[in-house]
Amino acid sequence: MVVKYFSWIKEHIGKSEEQLDLPSNITNVNQLINYLNEIDEKYNIIFEKKELIKIAVNKIYSSFDTKISNSDEIAFFPPVTGG
Amino acid sequence: MSKNYPMIKIKIQNEDFDISEETKNLHQNNTGAIVNFVGVVRGLDEKNNQIINSMTLEHYPGMTESEIEKIIFDSYKRWELTGVTVIHRVGELKPSDQIVFVGVSSKHRQNAFDGCNFIMDWLKTKAPFWKVEENNNKKNWVSFNDSDNQALKKWKK
Repeated sequence: MVVKYFSWIKEHIGKSEEQLDLPSNITNVNQLINYLNEIDEKYNIIFEKKELIKIAVNKIYSSFDTKISNSDEIAFFPPVTGG
Repeated sequence: MSKNYPMIKIKIQNEDFDISEETKNLHQNNTGAIVNFVGVVRGLDEKNNQIINSMTLEHYPGMTESEIEKIIFDSYKRWELTGVTVIHRVGELKPSDQIVFVGVSSKHRQNAFDGCNFIMDWLKTKAPFWKVEENNNKKNWVSFNDSDNQALKKWKK
C-alpha cells in the first residue's frame, strides 16, 4: 500500500509518501490510523483531531470506514486551501 | 433532446496564463457570454497584519484534476454552458501573481455568471491544493476558511 501525505502533515511526517505492507486484519481506514499510531508516535498529532483530516482512497474522497486493501493508495491531508 | 457538452480544459501548471488568450479559446459558434474569474496572490495577510513575501502551492496530481472535472460536470448538469476552462498554478508565487483562472462561456450571460461562481466555490472546498505563505523566512500553512463552506449553501437547493 502507498500512503501519501500533503501540506503540514507531510512536513510533520518528514516524507511525502511511504510503502506499507498491511497486516491482514486491517481492512478499513480507521484501522490503518490505529496501526500507524501504534508503530510510531509521530502520527499521533496528525490523527489527534481526526475530524480535521481529509482522506482519499485511490484519489477519491473517503471516510474512516472505507474498506482498504494492500493494493490501494491512501492519502491524508488537511482541508484544502486552493483558489 | 440531449444536451450538448461544453468544451472543457483543465490545466495545473507552474507557468502563468494569458487571460485574453484563454477568453478567446472559450468562444464557440453559439457562445454569447463569457465570465472569467481570476484569483491573485495577496500581498498582505489582513487577519494577522503581516506582509506576505511569497506563497507556494502544492497539489495532489491526479486527484486534483479529477475533482475539478467532477465540479465542471456538476456545473453543466445545472446550466447550459458552451465552454469551461480551469487553470490553477502551483509552485512558488509572488504577491499580485495570478493563481487561478475559471472561465465559463454560455449562450446567455446568467448561466455563465452562475456557472463560474459555482465552479469557484466548489474548487475552494474540494480541489486538493494547499497554500503555504512565507514572510521573513517563516512558513505558515494557510488554514481552511469556514466562509468557503458557508458559500456552498447557496448551491444546495
